[in-house]
Amino acid sequence: SRELFVLTYGALVAQLCKDYEKDEDVNTCLDRMGYGIGIRLIDDFLARSAVKKCRSYSETADMIAQVAFKMYLGVTPSVSCSSAAGNEFSLILDKNPLVDFVEELPAERASLCYCNLLCGVIRGALEMVHLAAEVTFLQDRLKGDAVTEIGITFLRKTEDRKHKRN
Amino acid sequence: MAIFSVYVVNKAGGLIYQLDHHAPRADTEKTFGFPLDLVLRLHDERVVVAFGQRDGIRVGHAVLAINGAEVNGRLTADGKDVLEFLGNPANYPVSIRFGRHRLSSNEKLMLASMFHSLFAIGSQLSPEVGSSGIEMLETDTFKLHCFQTLTGTARRCGPAGHVVNLGLSDASVVMAPGIKFVVLADPRQAGIDALLRKIYEIYSDFALKNPFYSLEMPIRCELFDQNLKLALEVAEKAGPFGPGS
Repeated sequence: SRELFVLTYGALVAQLCKDYEKDEDVNTCLDRMGYGIGIRLIDDFLARSAVKKCRSYSETADMIAQVAFKMYLGVTPSVSCSSAAGNEFSLILDKNPLVDFVEELPAERASLCYCNLLCGVIRGALEMVHLAAEVTFLQDRLKGDAVTEIGITFLRKTEDRKHKRN
Repeated sequence: MAIFSVYVVNKAGGLIYQLDHHAPRADTEKTFGFPLDLVLRLHDERVVVAFGQRDGIRVGHAVLAINGAEVNGRLTADGKDVLEFLGNPANYPVSIRFGRHRLSSNEKLMLASMFHSLFAIGSQLSPEVGSSGIEMLETDTFKLHCFQTLTGTARRCGPAGHVVNLGLSDASVVMAPGIKFVVLADPRQAGIDALLRKIYEIYSDFALKNPFYSLEMPIRCELFDQNLKLALEVAEKAGPFGPGS
């Protein structure tokens, strides 16, 4: 049934390409859909994996890569921290099941982020656990890069800061 | 039946799901002659027994029906005042049904929001940061278990966790808490922790994955109902020692 899922995703992207002319529109649409999935998927993830609250950005990034990706896509990307401030991480996927049947992007769709849905999912899920983040594709095998790399930049962390009365 | 009810409270404190699972409460119906040896009084728009407990009719039981017709608060089905009706010897012998008053859905909504606020107060009173909030409330007749999820949207909140439009521009924000699952069970029932986790799974499976279910809205999913009832039955069958696995 993994094949059916990959084929369905491909059909979805193909239909979006027919509906929208510009690549950015398709990317935004995929991101929005992913966001809608992410805000619901996070509860499923927390219910099934029973993980404890993550106490740092690197723990969170590790959790996403090692537990979440494994649970839902069956792959385990490697994590690397790419900024001194400790709030930028990248997940490097050497195997991306969503692009199993895709060779390369068509010429007129050069800036299409095929797996942008994943970015939306991660963004939505993080937002529901009070971690605002920006998630984008830094490298994409479909565009000719060596690996597929997803970059997660954690924005201002809005965690339990008690409202002080003065 | 050892599990009495399940409540699901959303992040804003509104009740989005409620299930009463207990066995039908024992109502007692008896025929009385004048004068009535029970002392009745008006309480909260209901006629309750104040004194004179006997034969299964306990203090606190409300008058549910007179001569088979259900009463409407303090009035009989015909619109007459219950206490006046029972004070008139001409109406006797009369058959009255007593029982515990069942909560109306409005009352449940109100109680759920009150619990939500108490929960928030509980978390704030905690001497340690990051308290889990109220996990269990124990009384002699039941235990209330509560589980709050980690998810929740960021909102400007006042100290009690309610949304307050203060127009502040500073960054001090208290997080709106996650969704709460509340289970009321017999004090001897074990394995409620596992049941709460199971309910969370069922919620994420049948409510969240339903594309037509909007978040934070009342849960009206058949599959959620069915699976929840199944889970409650499994938990009850496991008895006081909890589920085997």
